[in-house]
Amino acid sequence: MADQLINQVLWPVIYILCIVLPLVIAVAMFVYWERKVIGWMHVRLGPNKIGPFGILQAFADVVKLLIKEVILPTKANRFLYFMAPLIALIPALAAWAVIPFSGQMVLSNANAGILYLLAMTSMGVYGIIIAGWASNSRYALLGAMRSAAQVISYELAMGLCLVCVLVLAGSLNLTEIVNAQAGNKGILEWFMWPLLPVFVIYFISGVAETNRAPFDMAEGESEIVAGFHVEYSGSAFAIFFLAEYANMILISFLASILFLGGWLSPFPASWGFIGHGGFIWLFIKAFLMSFLFLWFRATFPRYRYDQIMRLGWKVLIPIAIVWVMVAGCMKFFDVVTVGVGA
Amino acid sequence: MNTVIRYFKSLLLIELFQGMGLTMRYMFKPKYTVRYPMEHIPKSNRFRGLHALRRYANGEERCIACKLCEAVCPALAITIDSAPRESDGQRRTTRYDIDLFKCIYCGFCEESCPVDSIVETSIHEYHFENRGENVVNKQQLLAIGDRFEQQIAADRAQDAAYR
Repeated sequence: MADQLINQVLWPVIYILCIVLPLVIAVAMFVYWERKVIGWMHVRLGPNKIGPFGILQAFADVVKLLIKEVILPTKANRFLYFMAPLIALIPALAAWAVIPFSGQMVLSNANAGILYLLAMTSMGVYGIIIAGWASNSRYALLGAMRSAAQVISYELAMGLCLVCVLVLAGSLNLTEIVNAQAGNKGILEWFMWPLLPVFVIYFISGVAETNRAPFDMAEGESEIVAGFHVEYSGSAFAIFFLAEYANMILISFLASILFLGGWLSPFPASWGFIGHGGFIWLFIKAFLMSFLFLWFRATFPRYRYDQIMRLGWKVLIPIAIVWVMVAGCMKFFDVVTVGVGA
Repeated sequence: MNTVIRYFKSLLLIELFQGMGLTMRYMFKPKYTVRYPMEHIPKSNRFRGLHALRRYANGEERCIACKLCEAVCPALAITIDSAPRESDGQRRTTRYDIDLFKCIYCGFCEESCPVDSIVETSIHEYHFENRGENVVNKQQLLAIGDRFEQQIAADRAQDAAYR
């Protein structure tokens, strides 16, 4: 009985903490890195006062947010208002359950991993919609509606991209998808090459799905102040912030796993030490992917709302559909080698 | 044909990559930021900052209470009272107040002064901690003048040819 308890409760909780705590710290550092990178791209210095190179800036911000007052707007729905940040945060953290950090390091090696991920990343939008509705504010409601429409549109394109991947890999299990990208030629075996347009579409949809610039219509400071979280302050706002950045990191990890060979080394296995896979490769790839988020934000102006819809429905989805067929043909005629053996 | 080329360009994201290349180049450029409290940018000798009342080299205050500055001040920030000085009967100010909240730092007082008494120094970093400290009186102004006389004189000397 005691053994069972330890095996089924204690260890999973420890594993979960091992994922969530570093994730929260990663979010803090990512916020710092974002401000630093965007500062550099604006030919500024970015935060540089707190700690060496301003590295503790994010923690100072966290402390500031936590000791601030949480304001409940008049006539806001108290229950939903405080539930919304949690509803946004929980899927963002729960999605990490199926992320394989290396061949063995995965919390839940679910067979329908991709489906679970799709479900979890879509759940996040409920938090946004509820936040927008419960705040009793026009700006928040507008932001929430925009966000809902946008996430639903880009979910389709994203889903089609995932279909391409699973057609090639022949599995919904993320570990097997990574293993399908293994091979003797290192980087050339990754799904990134046969699925290049899909990879681009996937990442664009990912940026749109996390409501990041240039698709940050849900926030749109210049039009609707801050969108859905305009009424939130203090720790409630901090949770939204955490969820948004956790989602960004998640999308970066997913892009690395689905298209960039996860923990596999970009060098051929015959190169010895650096040819071996390991979670460090996954972190490097995810870091580069997440840097793209910041790079986009520093480069591109915000899309207009109708442009976002046009891009999603009339450009990304048709291309993705075409590439599903191309991927099917590639699989059928055995153009792409999948796995180590072939 | 042009349409086709345009479609290809937008599909290949060429302009987006150009834009990203630009921001990437800027990322490694030297930064323009001045780390303000530690670094300062050069200041003109004509900078109009905090006011001061000057003295002659023999210690006699320059101000003769002509009240031209009070008259010219567009913000009505200067208040002057005058009376014959008890020792020698010369006309002197008994009160010379500048309300720094009203002052717009236009420099007219300095321009109007026939004896170069009221000047605007290049001090721009000052603050008040209590209500009422924004009104500086004659003693304070003279003290500022005494303390920064060298700087004030140097700035005026540099500009003398154009005045």
